[in-house]
Amino acid sequence: MSNFTRCAACRYLRRRCCGDCTLAPFFPSTNPTRFAYVHRVFGASNVARMLQQIPAEQRRQAADAIALEAYWRVQDPVYGSVGVISRLQREINAAQRELAETQAHITLYAARAQSPTTQFDPSI
Amino acid sequence: MGGNSPCASCKLLRRRCTKDCIFAPYFPSDDPHKFAIVHKVFGASNVSKMLQELPAHQRADAVSSLVYEATARMRDPVYGCVGAISYLQNQVSQLQMQLAVAQTEILCIQMQQEPPTLASDQQMVDADHNNPFVVNDNLGAVPQMMNFGSSSSSSGNIAQDPLKREFLWA
Repeated sequence: MSNFTRCAACRYLRRRCCGDCTLAPFFPSTNPTRFAYVHRVFGASNVARMLQQIPAEQRRQAADAIALEAYWRVQDPVYGSVGVISRLQREINAAQRELAETQAHITLYAARAQSPTTQFDPSI
Repeated sequence: MGGNSPCASCKLLRRRCTKDCIFAPYFPSDDPHKFAIVHKVFGASNVSKMLQELPAHQRADAVSSLVYEATARMRDPVYGCVGAISYLQNQVSQLQMQLAVAQTEILCIQMQQEPPTLASDQQMVDADHNNPFVVNDNLGAVPQMMNFGSSSSSSGNIAQDPLKREFLWA
């Protein structure tokens, strides 16, 4: 009797895990949740097909990216990873505004340092 | 016989488009490409399940985001949307660094502009614990000046979020 452990995908799908299982390298039995999310969002056959269409040396990165997208979609069923993108864009806008304000303050302080005796005249 | 043409999904799936077809409101027949890419990436049955689990008023947004993700994955079969997210996270990090540098610069300028009598007046230094320019106490005031904007912790940074690290690589 073999001690070979089925990968998370084959265990979830209740099938025999062959030695050449496409999903086994990317969905180890130690992380069943990862495959569960991926199957829920993309479907096992879709993921297997997508991975097979990618060069072998890039499949791990692709599997990780697919797993992340599935995770975000489960966390946010309406917006998924698009919600993450929107949040990041808002953060970038806020950081850019804050940086512009800070740099304006620097300019003001630097000007004050160069001519400390100049009085500010609002009528000019 | 009714004159309603089947929606894009029923046309692609070659089935009868019923009145309560869940896809029909979001995949009109005049845009077959939209459903085609969503079906290719997610599968029609998965999309149907996802939409059925959402309240009706959120389904249009969900479809839009699914189309966006599917399009990104078609364009970049390896990274999909995650490529864009990595890029944006780098931008956030760079901006935070620039902000930290700028805030440090302001602090330095403010300290340089302090009148020279402050350091020599020991009584003023001892009594004024709340003055942010007091050398002995300015470390307590620094966090207020050096506000990095902790909202980035919620941005989903892959490297910093232990939950996502464990999910990906455990």
